[in-house]
Amino acid sequence: MAQEISTRDAYGQALVEIGKVNPDIVVLDADLAKSTQTHLFGKAYPERFFDCGVAEQNMVTIAAGLASSGKVPFCSTFAVFLPGRCFDQIRMAIAQSGLNVKMAVTHSGISVGEDGRSHQAIEDLALACALPGVIVIVPADGVEAAKAVKVAADTFGPFYLRLGRPKVPVIYGEDYKFEIGKASCLKEGKSVTIMAIGIMVKAALDAATDLQKEGIECRVLNMSSVQPIDEAAIIKAAAETGAIVTAEEHLANGGLGSIVARVVSANRPVPMEFISLKGYGMSGKPAELMERYGLTPQAIAEAVRKVLKRKG
Amino acid sequence: MSTNIKKDLSVKELQDLAKKIRRDIITMIGTAGSGHPGGSLSAVEILIALYFKVLKHDPTNPRWSERDRFILSKGHAAPVLYAILAACEYLPGDELCTIRQIDSRLQGHPECDVTPGVEMSAGALGVGLSFGIGVSLAARLNKKDYHTYVLLGDGECDEGQVWEAAMAAAHFKLDKLTAIVDHNGLQIDGWNKDVMNIEPLGQKWQSFGWNTLEIDGHDITQVIEALEKARNAVGQPTVIIAHTIKGKGVSYMENKADFHGKAPNAEEMKIALKELE
Repeated sequence: MAQEISTRDAYGQALVEIGKVNPDIVVLDADLAKSTQTHLFGKAYPERFFDCGVAEQNMVTIAAGLASSGKVPFCSTFAVFLPGRCFDQIRMAIAQSGLNVKMAVTHSGISVGEDGRSHQAIEDLALACALPGVIVIVPADGVEAAKAVKVAADTFGPFYLRLGRPKVPVIYGEDYKFEIGKASCLKEGKSVTIMAIGIMVKAALDAATDLQKEGIECRVLNMSSVQPIDEAAIIKAAAETGAIVTAEEHLANGGLGSIVARVVSANRPVPMEFISLKGYGMSGKPAELMERYGLTPQAIAEAVRKVLKRKG
Repeated sequence: MSTNIKKDLSVKELQDLAKKIRRDIITMIGTAGSGHPGGSLSAVEILIALYFKVLKHDPTNPRWSERDRFILSKGHAAPVLYAILAACEYLPGDELCTIRQIDSRLQGHPECDVTPGVEMSAGALGVGLSFGIGVSLAARLNKKDYHTYVLLGDGECDEGQVWEAAMAAAHFKLDKLTAIVDHNGLQIDGWNKDVMNIEPLGQKWQSFGWNTLEIDGHDITQVIEALEKARNAVGQPTVIIAHTIKGKGVSYMENKADFHGKAPNAEEMKIALKELE
């Protein structure tokens, strides 16, 4: 894989690969195939690709019907429209009966950039994680995105894959093994644990490198499997490092921060800090927006220093 | 196919069966003390024609891969579906009285992972036709020749998703997909024309690219004929607009919006069962 690739590009390429080996894979899109990258699958397997037009509720329910008939549908659009626009359909027709539908959404978070706040999904994880039985994955890089797509295709049940628009650095080697419900430890440390998802995983690693110069040894966990979450890794981190900082390109309410906080408070209370969005964004270059809303390695490092002061 | 469904029942026998199904609906809802009689009673002949004449299905093997699919999109009509499934022996008849009780397989609205013979979990309206498109596309991809039927309510046609699906089904040329609209003219808050006018309903479907049939939904012969015609459509999906009477067969329920979602009390139940003898 290249040094930098967007998770949506990795998704589009992975779809073509799994489509080759599994004839039951079908792909649906809602008039955004060129943006979500499902057009690659559509080109390779036109008879198994369904553009549903600008009708997301219809698309996700058609996917449910295909799944009920033995197909393995991946359906894609922007994260603002799915789950947001089709929450009721997902809830009743997919989640409640556990149908094998893979919802893979792109353009999540504020790193969408110039399109502005209407197009920046910052609440979608809260909605997805509110659905019992839906497996929610936020890949950190292109390698993990491709692996997650393959695992989703091979694992029966509903999935929500949260993908991004911008290119992100590749963190993992091709030998990386993605597992549902498992945190991936990218750096060992005893002073504090940074738990991050998506685009914030690289930022967490950068923060950890900076903090090392101050003698602060950070453990960095990629919590890509947000639902189910790796409770054991969280409890272990709380016990062994005594302080936790979460980092996500999403609101803290209903996102990674609140999920980790629930596990920590129920099992091993330790001080926590939360790097997350506090409200809606605006137009701008992705990097400018990440800076403006405090989703940077510097902000994570500051949160680490703060949480260490509260550590007993 | 091994099936215990008799397909040679006469019109008279089917009409008698309709009375029995209506008695079951009243008994179920009356015993439960809640449920939706109006839109269950209006759809009785439609489901009888499907399950006893038209559908290729096997109650001993509810997930038979070659079966025709029936999707109840207006999920609140669960009692008519359960009564029919029991009549076909998907369920034991004495299970019907457990509807809406805790731990029953007969939930207030149909659940496909709970009740044998139920194809889709329903309850929120406007969803079933889209689901049927997926089921019908799967038939095409899997080279199966099963037919997919979706029953919608007329009030349900207020939902925008119905028209997203109508557009898509015609676009995909799904001639093995048939929608049936139980057009009883009433919805919870009153007559369609007063709550939200859906007319001209037939013209709407036609303009969306559907082969459109209009029938008396209580005339079992007309229902069977329309369903057979729909099976032979080529290149486009068919909609059957079945003109029906909400609460059909029970004098005090007929054309009464109030009995959309209200159970009869003990006295009313007695009267209804007498009328349906």
